[in-house]
Amino acid sequence: MERFVRHEGLVVPLDRANVDTDAIIPKQFLKSVQRTGFGPNLFDEWRYLDHGEPGMDPRSRRPNPDFVLNQPRYQGASILLARDNFGCGSSREHAVWALQDYGIRVVIAPSFADIFYNNCFKNGVLPIVLDAATVDRLFEEVQAQPGYRLQVDLERQRITLPSGEEIAFEIDAFRRHCLLQGLDEIGLTLQHADEIRAYEERRRREAPWLFAELS
Amino acid sequence: MAEKFGYDIPFHRQYHSYTEQSMAPQTLYDKLWAAHEVRRNEDGTSLIYIDRHLVHEVTSPQAFEGLRLAGRRPWRAGAILAVPDHNVPTTDRRAGIADPVSRLQVETLDRNCAEYGITEFTMNDPRQGIVHVIGPEEGATLPGMTVVCGDSHTSTHGALGALAFGIGTSEVEHVLATQCLVMKKSANMRVELAGRPQPGVSAKDLILAVIGEIGTAGGTGHAIEFAGEAVQALSVEGRMTLCNMAIEAGARAGMVAVDDKTIEYVRGRPYAPKGDLWERAVAAWRELHSDPGAVFDREVRLDAARIAPQVTWGTSPEMVVDVNGRVPRPEDEPDPVRRQGMERALEYMGLAGGMAIGDIRPDKVFIGSCTNARIEDLRAAAAVVRGHRVADNIRLAMVVPGSGLVKRQAEAEGLDRIFQEAGFQWREPGCSMCLAMNADRLEPGERCASTSNRNFEGRQGAGGRTHLVSPAMAAAAAVAGRFVDVREWDYRREW
Ligand code: SF4
Repeated sequence: MERFVRHEGLVVPLDRANVDTDAIIPKQFLKSVQRTGFGPNLFDEWRYLDHGEPGMDPRSRRPNPDFVLNQPRYQGASILLARDNFGCGSSREHAVWALQDYGIRVVIAPSFADIFYNNCFKNGVLPIVLDAATVDRLFEEVQAQPGYRLQVDLERQRITLPSGEEIAFEIDAFRRHCLLQGLDEIGLTLQHADEIRAYEERRRREAPWLFAELS
Repeated sequence: MAEKFGYDIPFHRQYHSYTEQSMAPQTLYDKLWAAHEVRRNEDGTSLIYIDRHLVHEVTSPQAFEGLRLAGRRPWRAGAILAVPDHNVPTTDRRAGIADPVSRLQVETLDRNCAEYGITEFTMNDPRQGIVHVIGPEEGATLPGMTVVCGDSHTSTHGALGALAFGIGTSEVEHVLATQCLVMKKSANMRVELAGRPQPGVSAKDLILAVIGEIGTAGGTGHAIEFAGEAVQALSVEGRMTLCNMAIEAGARAGMVAVDDKTIEYVRGRPYAPKGDLWERAVAAWRELHSDPGAVFDREVRLDAARIAPQVTWGTSPEMVVDVNGRVPRPEDEPDPVRRQGMERALEYMGLAGGMAIGDIRPDKVFIGSCTNARIEDLRAAAAVVRGHRVADNIRLAMVVPGSGLVKRQAEAEGLDRIFQEAGFQWREPGCSMCLAMNADRLEPGERCASTSNRNFEGRQGAGGRTHLVSPAMAAAAAVAGRFVDVREWDYRREW
């Protein structure tokens, strides 16, 4: 997994609540059997005026000039500022792959949908929950100040504003540890293989019907 | 307004010590969690054992690829059931899948299953269908199990008294490799549906009303147990509809306690235990309910007897009103973010605030999806359309059974003829227009009465407009050409 320790980047504000995974990456792009290449189709239906299908050359598309990601001042942004319940809807990890492929490393919102939140950590994207008032304030500042950048320090769990002011955020210890080290979670779990086998043995005695092999 | 939850559920609400856990009254979720805890880590997470892993073609290819690249193999291939459902055509399948990208995804699943010895119901297997319909139908998902799938509607299986939840592709790979997941326990939430619903009001209306009440983030960070008289009165299939949409209320898992109906539902299913094992299993399943006095972190109570058939008007399942209601006016909403969301939704939906729901005229009608494509759903819809014709303004009305076995059962009961005589198309099983990954989709601007679970922008096709309703309501809309209150429908006389 990709490590995340510190990140400094341009902020792009996406001022809508309940942004769902269908909006983040529309389903026609889920047919890929790869993990990469989703960036050009991030927010496809909002980002382009024409309808997108897999395999189209992004340069031949008609971008929607009104969509925030297309505005010149936000080019190169790597921190997404969002509203409540970001990432709701399906479990598709393609949503995180698309954000990551586009170059987003941090998403800040007042709340996230559970599965999306989990998926972020598996891909080196840091989702940060801040209270609604702080998020409101960040929206105001980003919109008022072109070139607005933030520094995010996962080790210290701090966001530094352009003014130098710091905002603390919470992240649970295990996830923070995995991100900081870029750990392979499967490898970590397999260190407990003996315990898994012992559990299986005990459960097999208690509830053998759970172990009937499908065929 | 719905309360919103972040992630900071206090530690003491997530964790009790082992001793406390065994003495204090437990919720159903507590019991399921405790029975699957392989180990508890110092940081408050647990390693949770997964009994059943369901796999479909969209969210698994990258997981198998990851497994292969790391030189790993599935921990327990016999715990996995795979089926292609999202991409499959619902018309004649003998020619295969026309779209090469969809075909590659389905073939990739076939190849991965063959390579690792995983049981798969392939596209032309008579048992093929939507993963969340076939799991319970085959007895592959059972009470007391932990069930996962790379699909958010895995919550459906909680209707059997199981702990079932959707996972992302990295977690699919994690379960393939270890049969476990690293998880943090959610908070407990109880949604009580008191009283009996009126005739014509279905599980779909109940869950839409719940989501309307608590909002799409109302259950975030929680596992929801649905309880109360109305839930007990529902069939197991109805409970699946309820749990299916727990995720639309923000909860990864929804569940219902085991009762006689659950056990009768499971009895005799192909993968259900038999003989002595059955007796032992049933004895264990009888414990799968919340103890009296169990404490929930959040409780919500709705009077089911007062719930009317529901119709969504916007682009989020919480944007829902009674069929006799009106589209709300954004001007009346004090919160600016919500007001803006409403305005955007109305613009997308091509509706004006204040308009009567009964004046909304769909172009298409879709009866299907893991929410509402089981046999009871098709019976409810057929009872409404029997002897009627689809209205002239409806360009397409289609029924997509949830599985091959549902289709066969419906045909044995003559439901296919009722639908076809009324002008509906009768299709092969799959996800179909629920998410329009195959050829079934809405054209830009088209309006659909749909029994599926998501009315997001573009969900049923770019620019498509979705109104979520129950099967009976969708059927009535097809006949009337607009949304009507199915409680006033005259179908019961004719059936
Ligand atoms: S029917 Fe719809 S919601 Fe259900 S699994 Fe298929 S795509 Fe997902």
